[in-house]
Amino acid sequence: MSDFFRWLSTLNPWLEIIVIVGIFLAVVGLILFFIEIAPRKGRMYTIIRLIACVLGPVLVLFLLQSWVEAMIAAAVLGLLFFFLDKRARDGAGSLFQLFGFLTPAIVLLAIGLIVPTIQTTVQAFMNSRGNTFVGFENFAWIFTQPANVRIVINTIVWVLVAPIISTIAGLAYAYFIDKSRGERYYKILVFMPMAISFVGASIIWRFMYTVRPAGSNQIGFLNQIIVWFGGQPLNFLAVEPWNTLFLIVVLIWIQTGFAMVILSAAIKGVPTEQLEAAELDGTNAWQKFINVVVPGIRPALIVVLTTISIASLKVFDIVRTMTAGANNTSVLANEMYTQFRSFEAGRSAAFAVILFILVLPIVIYNAVQLKKQREVR
Amino acid sequence: MSAVMPVDLPIDEEGQDELSRGARRADKIQLGATKRKLSSPWATAAALIIAVLWTIPTFGLLISSFRPRELIQTTGWWTVFENWGWTLDNYSTALQTGNSQLNMAGAFVNSFAITIPATVIPISIALLAAYAFAWMDFRGKDTLFILVFALQIVPIQMALIPLLQLFSQGTIFGFPVIEAFGSFGYAQVWIAHTIFALPLTIYLLHNFVSEIPREVIEAARVDGAGHGQIFFRLILPLTMPAIASVAIFQFLWVWNDLLVALIFADGNVAPITKLLAEMTGSRGQDWHLLTAGAFIALVVPLVVFLSLQRFFVRGLLAGSTKG
Repeated sequence: MSDFFRWLSTLNPWLEIIVIVGIFLAVVGLILFFIEIAPRKGRMYTIIRLIACVLGPVLVLFLLQSWVEAMIAAAVLGLLFFFLDKRARDGAGSLFQLFGFLTPAIVLLAIGLIVPTIQTTVQAFMNSRGNTFVGFENFAWIFTQPANVRIVINTIVWVLVAPIISTIAGLAYAYFIDKSRGERYYKILVFMPMAISFVGASIIWRFMYTVRPAGSNQIGFLNQIIVWFGGQPLNFLAVEPWNTLFLIVVLIWIQTGFAMVILSAAIKGVPTEQLEAAELDGTNAWQKFINVVVPGIRPALIVVLTTISIASLKVFDIVRTMTAGANNTSVLANEMYTQFRSFEAGRSAAFAVILFILVLPIVIYNAVQLKKQREVR
Repeated sequence: MSAVMPVDLPIDEEGQDELSRGARRADKIQLGATKRKLSSPWATAAALIIAVLWTIPTFGLLISSFRPRELIQTTGWWTVFENWGWTLDNYSTALQTGNSQLNMAGAFVNSFAITIPATVIPISIALLAAYAFAWMDFRGKDTLFILVFALQIVPIQMALIPLLQLFSQGTIFGFPVIEAFGSFGYAQVWIAHTIFALPLTIYLLHNFVSEIPREVIEAARVDGAGHGQIFFRLILPLTMPAIASVAIFQFLWVWNDLLVALIFADGNVAPITKLLAEMTGSRGQDWHLLTAGAFIALVVPLVVFLSLQRFFVRGLLAGSTKG
């Protein structure tokens, strides 16, 4: 396989796209072909099936690494699989089909997510070279250094501030523009930052925050506003502890559009009868909003809040591009990368594990809510 | 990637229009009872202010990217009428800047070379799995599906370093498993993005694929179609719009990604986001380059977003975002 990738990397990038996508689709086509003929009766189909059963595993192992023993093992497994398949509950070929559909995804997930998660967790308890077990030393190091404690606190500030403000802004906006003329265009304007990369957004906001010495022309819009109001230009990214909040503004700017789109659709799902009933009861606009609309869109609110919370926990690009963690603005994901770059694999893994632990309760809450919803239905 | 549950909402933009049109008509009949609060001038004003606030940053970047270097460095973009001057030089210079191995123009091409396969491959694999989860019966199906869904809780930070070791040394826990292919082109970025996309993509596509009426599938089975044919002749065409939504997401996500690129795309295969981040670090005050560079990186996702917005929103409403 490495020979193939080596050859591929000598091509022109555009040609490379065509070749890899083409080969990949051909492989998928082949899988589908075998899936299709798997349950058919007749000697010829049996032979094709037998060949596929044995050849598949052998080929995979050959591509990965040419181990003779492994190939023999695979061939034996393939044969076994073939005979199992003939006696399967749902008739000949059913197991084969199932494997054809599921194997690519399951194998990739196992290799790429399940095993690495275990590895990282183990790594978190090892020293920087990954060969000696050091117990909780990495975690102790994190929670005894003031700079690192600050990183954890910063991450928590991100999770507390970003989701709440973007949800409120998105909800207000969605409600304001609901059924107004030109709603579509209003939506596009606020939704557009969603398409912009975090790196691009960071550059946009660095430009907004740029500072020049007092007395000279400002080129950063925000500092110009401060100057217009008679203030002193402010180096937004260097004033602790507020600089973290100025970074959070970027995420809010991006995520408000997301909140707005989801909540706007939810608001449209609130039954008109309920709104009218509230109207007849003589409620004012605010009461109607709080007592009818907000309860009506509760599930959507939860989705928006959880999604943005998880995004803020994992925020990396913004911090990396705006400050690279300088002036006490670092967060877990950024520090994990920094430690990895300085060959501190153990500490890097420990940061990743803390991140994982912080994400966990949000997702569990989410799952519980999902289950409740299902039960109501 | 994030774990998100589905929202039961009207999905189509058209459907929404239809609904709001219906609602508007109903409102008129009711003498605008419901409508009054919505067209209040205060709400409109507030909406306008938010819209302007949200647009100013991008607008300022766009204007600045066309201004000559000296003007950007000394005057604000809002003084563009007093300090008149336009140029395209920033773009041509930005396209040439970069590091010793790569310039911005090359990185732009790299972004395509990374993004297109990293969109096609995970979606095909996920669609196969989604079909099996939706329309095949086997023991432990639900458990396996929940397990796949639950994998979304793994932050990709947990998987980066072991995966890098696997690609560059071919080892898992120090045991050789595959042939190392670390330094050859885009391969490891494609595979990494494919893996990280799978849990969410399988979940989303499963939602769409399982919505196809059972009768349609059963009718096909009675006619003698196998799983392969059903997949190819029924599932693929019927779920095309859904596939498009998911594909746009994946495309934008991969195009805009920085973390995976920093770890897996080294040297001359780096995408544009990585080069831009590098440039902000090393030439943070060269605004004529940064604004133009940022706009070059923005233009593809913006075009995709604006032209395919309908699908994008549908994908969002199906219960997804990656963060």
